[in-house]
Amino acid sequence: MEYKLVPSICSYCGCGCGVLFEVMDGQLVGTMPLKSHPVSQGKLCIKGWNLHEHVISEERLQTPLLKTNGALQEASWDASIQTTAERFKKIIAEHGPDSVAVLASAKVTNEENYLIQKFTRAVLGTNNVDHCARL
Amino acid sequence: MTNSIEEIEDAECIFLIGTNTSEAHPLIARRVMRAKEKGAKLIVADPRMIQLARFADVHVRQRLGSDVALLNGMMHIILKNGWQAAEYIANRTEGFEEFEETVMGYTPAKVEAITQVSIRDLEQMAEYYAAGSPSALLYAMGITQHTTGVDNVKSCCNLAMLCGNVGVRSGGVNPLRGQNNVQGACDMGCLPNVYPAYQPVTNEAAREKFSKAWGRELPGNAGLTITKMIPAMLEGTLKGLYVVGENPVLSDPDAHHVRSAFAKLEFLAVQDLYMTETACLADVVLPGVTCVEKSGTFTNTERRCQLLTQAIKPLGNARQDWEIISDLSTAMGYEMKYQNSEEIFEEMKQLTPSYAGMSYERLGLDGLFWPCPNSEHPGTPYLHKDTFTRGLGKFHPIGYKDPAEMPDAEYPYFLTTGRMFAHFHTGTMTRKSAHLHHEQKTGYVQMHTGDAKKLGVKTGEMVRLSTRRGEVEIAVVISDMAQEGTFYVPFHFAEASANVLTNSASDPVAGIPEFKVCAVRLDKIVHGENRK
Repeated sequence: MEYKLVPSICSYCGCGCGVLFEVMDGQLVGTMPLKSHPVSQGKLCIKGWNLHEHVISEERLQTPLLKTNGALQEASWDASIQTTAERFKKIIAEHGPDSVAVLASAKVTNEENYLIQKFTRAVLGTNNVDHCARL
Repeated sequence: MTNSIEEIEDAECIFLIGTNTSEAHPLIARRVMRAKEKGAKLIVADPRMIQLARFADVHVRQRLGSDVALLNGMMHIILKNGWQAAEYIANRTEGFEEFEETVMGYTPAKVEAITQVSIRDLEQMAEYYAAGSPSALLYAMGITQHTTGVDNVKSCCNLAMLCGNVGVRSGGVNPLRGQNNVQGACDMGCLPNVYPAYQPVTNEAAREKFSKAWGRELPGNAGLTITKMIPAMLEGTLKGLYVVGENPVLSDPDAHHVRSAFAKLEFLAVQDLYMTETACLADVVLPGVTCVEKSGTFTNTERRCQLLTQAIKPLGNARQDWEIISDLSTAMGYEMKYQNSEEIFEEMKQLTPSYAGMSYERLGLDGLFWPCPNSEHPGTPYLHKDTFTRGLGKFHPIGYKDPAEMPDAEYPYFLTTGRMFAHFHTGTMTRKSAHLHHEQKTGYVQMHTGDAKKLGVKTGEMVRLSTRRGEVEIAVVISDMAQEGTFYVPFHFAEASANVLTNSASDPVAGIPEFKVCAVRLDKIVHGENRK
């Protein structure tokens, strides 16, 4: 049996509490508070204590889906990425870059958000990028 | 937040307005309670009897959407009594005279008439806030989600500057952000008008800097906000959309309207963890991963950038979100090849002055506050010390305006929306969690005993709520947490969706919708009636 605690940050609200993920033999089994964390000082709320539960939910998507004959069906990463790229290229070629937009996320990392706006501006060629800060 | 979370517990007075802190930000509420234990005064302004109101030295239940009048009323009393920080105003601010003239028009009697807050309570609030040295003001979406959201925020800033509370430890104007990385998404330039660190896209020098770094010509016109994207989709000018980790079909106001807009898209790609209401409408669904399966950084509400460490492998065939974006970019002819998230962070910080001094190594377990301009800089726990970012702090004269929709004969009640303690946003995460689902399984409308009596409804009874946008059937919960005449519906639950009802009227500057105020009617469901 291999058991480890991995320090990280809770991904619910904006408090940014310190958590320890409990991992047993490569499986996520629990969430613990991080005693030394400057925001949460070893405390968590009910959402934080149960953070691992949504991660290991059976409802998690585990494979890409592509609409074929009007319905979403399992597909390969290659086909899904290629289709997305081609459809965006086609719309931009016909209607210009401002006919497409991207919604970034307040849930993904800084690194990913940086890439999303870089992709929108440098690759799609539009400033149509926003996220749910207002919602 | 201008100030850090730990500073809250050393404030002499804490003013909570439009934040249900103990339910939405429990670990910040803990600091409020610590301050209270150390002797701080607590002022709560919230139409609902929220949990922290029980511990308040003064709690006022202002009429929904009357915050500008309430704040002007407090400032009127402060000025009348000479409690303002005269030296601070003279040395550090501008625009005071014009502001003072506006505020002097908000006499306690006038403010009482608008807000339904008694003059005695108003005086007490003003006295406690002005006497605290320092006083910390905390707010959340109860201030911002209004057609007067910007006016509300500016009024909070006016009050804080009037008493010299900006640029001092344990003071400040502190918006509590609702999502783990909403601060970071803004800092990284996921906004239609700015690059990372709020460098404007319309500024030629900024555009040139990013154009050079990225090796592409960049557009010089600001893009569309989310509230402008919906009408553009309906008009057919916006045809393709890529949504990463958001659920606008449930989170945006006037949900029927939003759904018909999504139906008009030529192409929709959604990257998410689950089949959300938005993913169900997509042409392509790309499975990303949770914070447990990735490394990277989040920036919390106090501007603290913190490191995540990957704890487990991605589930099934799901992939790192940054890998998906990179592959899509490469497939579109712009090669992105990063080894890991740290390499992206290193590129980002070259272009983002407020993060320039950070590195994964320096972040460690405690993180760093921005601005952190160089690798020796310790980070900045509170902003505007000695001088404001813009030089002098600016007072804005702000007059009160009614919300976009007020109750009338047809829709006689106010409706407001919010979060409850066990759930988060559109429930995509929390409703998958067995323990959280157990706490609250579905939506409800909370109302005051008096209203329930008048309408002849009981707790648990299904009723129909309708607004000019739509209707939902929902269970009643009678609770004196609700203000008489105002119903409250949490927005986590798709089957009893608050946002079928809410008004998409938005602030003219910020584009934020007025989720917190609209007019609603309640009808009993007659047994045997045909349901729509």
